Order: sequence, then structure tokens, then C-alpha cells
Amino acid sequence: MDPQTGRLKECTAARSFAVELRHIDKRFGTVHANCDVSLRIAAGSITGIVGENGAGKSTLMSILYGFYEADSGEIMIDGKPVVIARPADAIVLGIGMVHQHFVLVDTFTVLENIMLGAEGGALLRHGAAAAREEVRRLEREYGLVVDPEALVAGLPVGALQRVEILKALYRRARILILDEPTGVLTPQETDQLFRILSALRSSGTTIILITHKLREIMAVTDEVYVMRAGAIVAHRRTAATDPAELGELMVGRKVRLTLDKGSGRFGAPALVAEGLTFRDQRGVTRVDNVSFCVRTGEIVAIAGVSGNGQSELLELLAGIRPPTAGHFIANGRMITPEAPSSPAEMRAIDVAHIPEDRQRSGLVTAFAANESAILGYQRDHGYSCWLLLIKQKLLRHCELLMERFDVRPRAPMLRSANFSGGNQQKLIVARELERESKVLLIGHPTRGVDIGAIEFIHRQLLQRRDAGSAILLVSVELEEVMALADRILVMCGGRIVGELSAEEADERRLGLLMANAQGGEVRAPAAVGAMP
Amino acid sequence: MRGARPILPRWVDIGLIPVANVVFALLVAGLIVLAIGENPLAAVRVMLVGALGDSEGIGYTLYYATNFIFTGLAVAVAFHAGLFNIGGEGQATLGGLGVGLALLAGDRHMPFAALLPLALLAGMGFGAAWAFVPAWLQAYRGSHIVITTIMFNFLAAALMVYLMVNVLIAPGSMSPESREFGAATLPQMHEVLAPLGVKLTATPLNLSVVLAAALCVFVWLLVWHTPFGFELRTTGHSATAAVYAGVRPRRIIMIAMCLSGAIAGCVGLNEIMGVHHRLLLNFTAGYGFTGIAVALMGRNHPVGIVLASLLFGILSQGGTELAFAMPAITRDMIVVIQGLVILFSGALPQLSRPGFEWLFAQLSRRAPALRSA
Repeated sequence: MDPQTGRLKECTAARSFAVELRHIDKRFGTVHANCDVSLRIAAGSITGIVGENGAGKSTLMSILYGFYEADSGEIMIDGKPVVIARPADAIVLGIGMVHQHFVLVDTFTVLENIMLGAEGGALLRHGAAAAREEVRRLEREYGLVVDPEALVAGLPVGALQRVEILKALYRRARILILDEPTGVLTPQETDQLFRILSALRSSGTTIILITHKLREIMAVTDEVYVMRAGAIVAHRRTAATDPAELGELMVGRKVRLTLDKGSGRFGAPALVAEGLTFRDQRGVTRVDNVSFCVRTGEIVAIAGVSGNGQSELLELLAGIRPPTAGHFIANGRMITPEAPSSPAEMRAIDVAHIPEDRQRSGLVTAFAANESAILGYQRDHGYSCWLLLIKQKLLRHCELLMERFDVRPRAPMLRSANFSGGNQQKLIVARELERESKVLLIGHPTRGVDIGAIEFIHRQLLQRRDAGSAILLVSVELEEVMALADRILVMCGGRIVGELSAEEADERRLGLLMANAQGGEVRAPAAVGAMP
Repeated sequence: MRGARPILPRWVDIGLIPVANVVFALLVAGLIVLAIGENPLAAVRVMLVGALGDSEGIGYTLYYATNFIFTGLAVAVAFHAGLFNIGGEGQATLGGLGVGLALLAGDRHMPFAALLPLALLAGMGFGAAWAFVPAWLQAYRGSHIVITTIMFNFLAAALMVYLMVNVLIAPGSMSPESREFGAATLPQMHEVLAPLGVKLTATPLNLSVVLAAALCVFVWLLVWHTPFGFELRTTGHSATAAVYAGVRPRRIIMIAMCLSGAIAGCVGLNEIMGVHHRLLLNFTAGYGFTGIAVALMGRNHPVGIVLASLLFGILSQGGTELAFAMPAITRDMIVVIQGLVILFSGALPQLSRPGFEWLFAQLSRRAPALRSA
């Protein structure tokens, strides 16, 4: 016990606890997901739980919400021991959960989604009227602004999240669990979410915030628990700690939160796009007349709220989609609508691509790691002999990548799915950086990756830049964009709406540019808490 | 983490569970045999002796297994590309048609050495062509392969009836069969092995069994050890990953289905050139459908498919013997038993899994060493 915890005990002794977990233990086969976890969450507080991926935060919350049952341990709600065998039990006890990936029916309206599972009788009409009334009240009280009659399919992510919160509150949740709620939000939307959480707290709701973003913990929580390898390693009052300490506690060693990237030595343009346009099958313009240039030794980042054409732009450049109009030149090859390219050809002309979605594109989860480690390069002569792939070569290649990029566990025969997100990503980054390609296309290189791995991947990317690669980076994480980029382009509605140099960029300017054409979602960012 | 299952040792997963499923099926079949007043243990004895007791039984068992290997491999190749080819029956029918046409056209003019590759090419080619159309519809028009291949089974049967009744029927014949091929038939294994001093009873087992073995090795190499197989499996697991990896999924769909059809077409070689020596109706006898169960049971791996094919070969041959020895057990009963095996190991392969998971969780709690097995 460190003195900090001792002090906490004194000052929390008088308060009542909404949630208390005692000695929770949970194993999955050989994995010890939660070992002897005990924590107490004061009623009417915002408590953060931070930890790297795989530290056991989500498992713990799944136990609290009834997705899993703990192997041993006790759950107390409002001081009384309870059994939560399924989510329905949790809902009855007043626990609500907002998932990282929204669970909404696209073709239903907001109101229908909120009522789903709590329809209030055999006929929808009465329930709907009551629900509309209740939703209006919640809107007024907490600033949860959504049009109840709007179709979910057409709403921006920030609004979807508000629907999820409304759903939980409509079921009379007094304890709200939010699992990585800000992953998909703009800074402005994040600020708005935090204002809502503060309002909820003042009306007595208890909030548990699961995240790995330390800045958010600092901005909004009262207390914070740190988890590592399935166990609680620290409990702090937020006011008494700082991001550096939390980062160190999470990873178990000192972490450098800022990179010192130095200035790049820019060379000749290696990737040039002019008037690049892409319309999808339904005729919607996804990429609209985009022009830019990336020089060797330069990292150009494309910032923007996800879904504004960045994905399509990256796929255009990787040869996965043909352009509808305009052209781009990569390593001297001109790609036009008349002379489209293919992913295989782009690889052949030395353009490497780290895809946005590692689970669906970057690797094949059912393949062994050594097979995922050659995805895209399976025709490379280095791996085969007389038309046959040579297993030893694949294994040796994979071992080498794992060694150089610190992929854990070092098990080339293990199924790709059994690696943690960060290690999967390191394997993909290793595969794509190995060839020292002249042009690198990179999508969300650190999405869902823990702090230690982020630091590592960022350093590798900077190394490639300094070695003379031209790097185009697409990311929704502003911290990442500002940490890596020499130049930042902001994309919105398929168009490039602004360009900033690394020095000019700050979160506020970028956020405003990103939300620019979004309509109703723009709000001047209010300062929430202390931003480091 | 959600839905994480306890991990079973590999030998349980690929060894014990399939065996347990077959045992369950036989237990249920035993109850039925008991219900119609026969002794189930005696019935099992008759089946095993009939299928494996002498060189005649073994010959028949292997002959049946040959067909199951062809159709099982056909299903497996398509499966690894993410395609469920239900059309093995039709592709086998067309394969037989191809073999028959080649032999009817050439048996009077060409030497055997030229006829054999011609018949093989024709059989595989016709099978592949019959799979080509559903494959094209799937790849370029989005029609579901399951639906189209099922429909192509009916088309194949109807086409065959038309051709046999109206075109290929031997002049003066009352039944819809073509004339017999001259000397252009596949040598039977007892003939092949006789000069080597191995004496076997005469059975339908013929050289096709060698082709089946060769195809097992070929499929194993192709799917798991070539860049093409890598691309095939990538497409089967994730089309988006395949596109990212520079693979054209449409091309893979076309090649995988044609290959699948070609392998299924080899049934025609075994039946038409190896056994019947003439074109006739219904020579596929459901092999194409059973091949789906064989592939499922064999986990779409050649080794598993060979084992499953042997099991189904034993059931086919032993069942025939059983119908002889115990008149109360009719031919239909045999189909019921085969159906039970298909049900338990094909359709419900995970039925016993939770039980084993529970068992091993208990065991490993006591002896942690087991878990690392």
C-alpha cells in the first residue's frame, strides 16, 4: 500500500459507494484476465479506469454488466451484495453501458432505438408518447440534444453516442459505464460529451469512464484506477496525479509522451495528386477534387472526422479503388481513370500501405502470424522455391520481423487473432516498413493500440521519414497528427478544407477546420478542466 | 475477449471429438436396430467383417472411398475460397458425361495410352465447365453459389436423361444406356497388382484410386504450400484482406470453382471408365451430396477427407453386406445409419464440444500440466 491510497481511504470513508467490487477474479483458459480486483466507486463521481489494451478493463466492466460471471469475488451495488448473471440484471440494478462500438439499429429512428427492449406495452403508440416526453426531459436536463424522429443511419457519430447515453438513462441508469467513448469524436464533440457527463454527475449519476487517453482522465474524472496485467496497480485522486505518472503506472516503465521529431530534410515530390475524385457506386462523391503533394523525407497527415473521405482517398492511392477523375503520380507512375492501378502493382512500384482496418484488411485473423507476415507479398520470390512456399523461410522472416519490431509473444505459429491489437499492428507495420518503400500510405497506425506500442510505432515512422520515405498519414487522433506530421491537411466532406504547417497547428484550429462543413455540430470549444 | 472459449488440446479437437460424434451416431443407430428386433452388436460385426474382413470387402470399401475422396476434395477446395459448392453431384454427372463422350468417340480409333488422358481431360473439363457458370454468376452477378449449384444439379440430371433417352442410347436397347466401350476401360487394381504377385479378389476398385491419392497430395500442396493457395485461403477468410493483398477475388472464385468441379468430375472416371464401361443414368448415386459431409467431417483437410471417406466407404460396403445378412435391416436402414453419421459429424460437429470443454476444464483444474498438452 502506498501512502496515496492510505490518504484516499480517509477522505472517502464518509462517502457512500455506488459500486464496490471485492476480489474479482476471472480466467479465460490460460489467460488471467482479472486477478483479485477490488475497487470502490463513490456515488455521484466520475471515476476513470485506465490501462493498456488487454489490461482487463473491459473484462471487469463486462463482469459488472453481466456479460461474464466472475470466477470468484463479490459485487456490491449501493452497499448491498448482488448477483449479476446477465445484462438484464444489471439494467434492473440501474447500471447502463455505452459500448465502444455503438449497438443501434440503423433503419430505426432515434426514438425507436431508445424504446427497443423497453417498449412499454403491446402497442407502440402509448410507449412512444411516453418515451418522447421522457427523452425531451433528458434533453433539457443534460443537454443531450438529438432529434428523436431522425433515422439513426444519417446521424454523425457524436449524435449516435448521445443516443446510446439516452438509451441508458431512459432505462433509469444511475450508474453509467462508458467504454472508450471518445475514440470516434472530434475534440469539440469530446468537450460536449464531457459537459454532459458533468451535468449527469451533478444530478447524482455515477460514471465509470474506461479509456486509455490520459488527457481525458485529467480533464473530467474525480478519481482514477490504473490497471495493468489484470490487476489494479494504483488508485489516485485525479487532482493528485499527472499524465506522466499515470502513463508510467500503465506501462510499468517510463514513457515519453512527446516525440522529439526534429525537422525533416525534404526532397523531391514522390506522391502527387491532382484533382483526384472518387464517386462510389451510388454516385456519391467521396473524394472531391483533392490535390496535394508529399515529398521524400516528409510526413503529411490528413486529419478529419472519420468518414469524410480519408478512407477512400487512401484506397485510391493504394490501387484498391480506381479514381473517377483526376490523377496521381506515385514514384513516377501516373495513375488515371483510364490507366488505373492495382494493389499488386502499387506494391511493385514501391508503395507500401498500412491499412486502416487491421482486422479486416491488414491481416487474416485465422492465419498463423508467419502467414499474415507476408500478406500482400505472397508472390515475392524470397519466400518460395519452385512455386512452393517454403515454411522455413516464412518462419525465419516472421521471427526476424518480430525481433525487430518487438512483437509479443514471439510465436510465428500462433494465430494472428490471438495477438493483442497492439502486437497485430506492430506485425503489420513491421511487414510494410521492412521493404523501406519510398512511399508509405498509413491509415490509423495506432487505433486501439496501447501507449507503449504507440510510442514504438511513432518512432519507427519517424525513422522511415528520416531515411527518406514520403509518408502520407491518415489519422483521427489529433495528438498523433500533431506529433508526427510536418504538414497537416484537413479533410471534410471529401475535400481538403485546410492546410497547416506543424508549427501553426493546435487542437482548436484543427478541430474547427474538421467540423467546418459539418453543420449543426460546430460549437466553440469550451475549456474543460486542465488541458496539459 | 467476448465469447472466448476454453481452449481444448489439439488432439481432442481434431481426434477425440470426431470419433465421439461417430460413436454417438452409431449408438443412436444401434437403438434403431434394437427397435426393429435385431442385435446391434451383431450388426456392427457384420458391417465391419463385410467391409474389412477380406480382400473383396476391402476392395469395395476402397472403391466407394475413391468417390468420396473426389467429392470431398471438391467441396474442400471451394470451401477454402469461402464458397459452399453444393453442386458436386451435377459436376460429377457432367464429368461422367465427358468421360463417356470421349470414350464413345475414340475407343475404336485410338490406343489406350491416348484415350486415358483424353477421358481424364474430358471428365475434368466437363465438371469444371459445369461449375464455371455458377462461379461466373457468383463472381460477376452476385448470385449465391449455394442456390445456383443446387439448381445446376437438377439441370445436370435433366440434361443427362435427355441425352441418354434421345441421343446416346444404344440402338435397339430398352434401357437408357449407351453401347459398351471396347477395350477402353480403366484397369482394375486386381489386374494391375497381379503381375507384382499380389493376389486380390476381383472388385470394382480400379486405377482411379491412385488418381484420388494423387489429388489429395495435389490439393494439400496447392492450398497450403503455394502462393495461389495462400491467396485462395485469404479470399476465403476475408475478401477485403484479399483485395488489400493484391488478389482479385473474382479470379479466385472462378479458379477455385472450376478446380472443384474438375475434381468432382473425376467421379465419372471411376464410375464410367472404371466400373460400368458404358454411359448410364444415376451413376453418381449421391456421392456429390455425401461429399459435403465428408469434407465437413474431414475439416476440409486431405488427411481428414481420406479418413472420412474410408468411414463412409465402410458404411457403404458394410451396409450392403448387412442388408444381405439381416433381412430385417433393409437398404433403407443403411441410408438411415449413413444419415445419422452425417447428422452427427457433419451437421452437428460441435454438439459434444461443450461437454468436452467442461470435462477438460475440470481435469485441468486438478492437473494444470494437461493444459499445455
